[in-house]
Amino acid sequence: MDWEWISSNTGEIGGLLGDHIYLAIVPIVAGLVVALVVGALGVRFPRLYPPIVALSSTFYTIPSLALFVIMPGLISTQILDPINVIIALTIYSASLLVRNVMDGLRATSPEVRQSALSMGYTPIRQLWEIDLPIAMPLVFAGLRVATVANISMVSVGALIGVGGLGELFTQGFQRRFYTPLLVGLVLSVLLALLADALLVLLQRWLTPWARLVR
Amino acid sequence: MIEFESVTKRYDDGTVAVDGLSLVAANGEITVLVGPSGCGKTTSLRMINRTIDVTSGTISVDGQDIASTDAVTLRRNIGYVIQHAGLFPHRTIVDNIATVPHLLGWDKKRSKGVALELMERVGLSTALATRYPAQLSGGQQQRVGVARALAADPPMLLMDEPFSAVDPVVRESLQDEFLRLQQELGKTIVFVTHDIDEAIKLGDQVAVMQVGGTLAQFAPPAELLSKPANDFVAGFIGRDRGYRGLSFVGAEGLPVHERSTVAVGASEDDVRQATGDDDHVLVLDTERHPVGWLPVNGQADISPERLLALGTTFTPAQTLRAALDGALASPTGEAVCVDGDGRFVGVVSHGEIAEHLQTAGRQAG
Repeated sequence: MDWEWISSNTGEIGGLLGDHIYLAIVPIVAGLVVALVVGALGVRFPRLYPPIVALSSTFYTIPSLALFVIMPGLISTQILDPINVIIALTIYSASLLVRNVMDGLRATSPEVRQSALSMGYTPIRQLWEIDLPIAMPLVFAGLRVATVANISMVSVGALIGVGGLGELFTQGFQRRFYTPLLVGLVLSVLLALLADALLVLLQRWLTPWARLVR
Repeated sequence: MIEFESVTKRYDDGTVAVDGLSLVAANGEITVLVGPSGCGKTTSLRMINRTIDVTSGTISVDGQDIASTDAVTLRRNIGYVIQHAGLFPHRTIVDNIATVPHLLGWDKKRSKGVALELMERVGLSTALATRYPAQLSGGQQQRVGVARALAADPPMLLMDEPFSAVDPVVRESLQDEFLRLQQELGKTIVFVTHDIDEAIKLGDQVAVMQVGGTLAQFAPPAELLSKPANDFVAGFIGRDRGYRGLSFVGAEGLPVHERSTVAVGASEDDVRQATGDDDHVLVLDTERHPVGWLPVNGQADISPERLLALGTTFTPAQTLRAALDGALASPTGEAVCVDGDGRFVGVVSHGEIAEHLQTAGRQAG
């Protein structure tokens, strides 16, 4: 472990860490928005449910590296553009989250549905004020998985030149110098743990009732 | 007033849930729809607030055909209570109760004030206001369900088996409180149940429905018991019709009379003197509240261990059923009548109750 290398490269490490966070978080937020819209449609129109499930499973089986590489061809971007990684990870996040969103939106019990309807909720308002809050625990379960997965997958992007902390891995391998590799590893793990803890706290704050149910 | 005029509900697959139903739920009364599962009672209820559409016929609320009203507005003007309460798990009790005010856009302070007031009204401590439904018992949740239905003070309530999911003891107290509340509020209520005893206890009018969605009989409970329209109704009402019918005859006309009593702490001589030839003497406390029966058997031993249980007493404001029950449970065959404060008024024997019934029956018939 070369401590001197670390202290003389803190600026670069910090920059890569910032990139890593950016590359992981933007797809999570975008993927959540996509999953909420697609998931709400899948629940509202039950005929869409099976194709959505099939499509999301298919997306998830595509290896991340393959998706990163074909992205520029699909959306005609520069090969080194970070948008390739962001869009690819958005697809993964959305695919993973859409199942949780749909299961969550269907978790509202028949009695709750019937009483919401009978008290004069309109469908949109019921989705927003009743179904969505009740779906939150399942959505958060998906978010935690997707966030940790994203944080690890961002590193793969280093192979196409956009990888946040993953670039420390490629550097380390190419120069057979293991300090950057270790630094990248430790920071990735810490980042994943921190993000997960923050999500847990956010969920407790947003859904204080969820721990009481069953 | 809610009026059904030859209302039929036929589903796309051809199933007929409700078949030519005509009835009127009068203002300020509890109209109960009762019948076995599959008789269309819940479907009929849900057609009133248009959560199920009518296939043919019309339902009108206060003379207006509901088909010509806006469904959402209609629903916000009719309170709704469902089995298992159907509370929103993610909202606190006070927010659950304030649902319709919230939908109507009342300001928060007013909604909250109304919600807290209703909690007290339905017998819930306001300390529960910030709890979540999962923290309440089934009976408490059902009270919240009733409070929620009343929040915007709608003139009408629809109740779908609201007390079915709680244990019998809680159910009985919820029913009693519901009747007390209705006496204060005088809402127009349509109430669905599969439990004929509940229907008879709560209904001003009872509609007995049979499988296939037809109306078998629509009558006040007493008439249902005394004159069931057909074998289906008689069978559905079940045993003990005559005895249960006593619940609808007041006890005020019973020939209550004096009998020998002694005060607590009386001497053996007093007891012998008071009893005369009787086997038992009724013991009263200093306030003249009946305490129990003392068997005399020739020689009076008045040690407290020998006191027999009083059984149930009745007041003239109660029914013949309460009086007869008291007589049957008493060692002397006499029911003890007390006044509103529980003070001894007199006794009446089961023979006298039977005689009274016969006379009353002749007068009524």
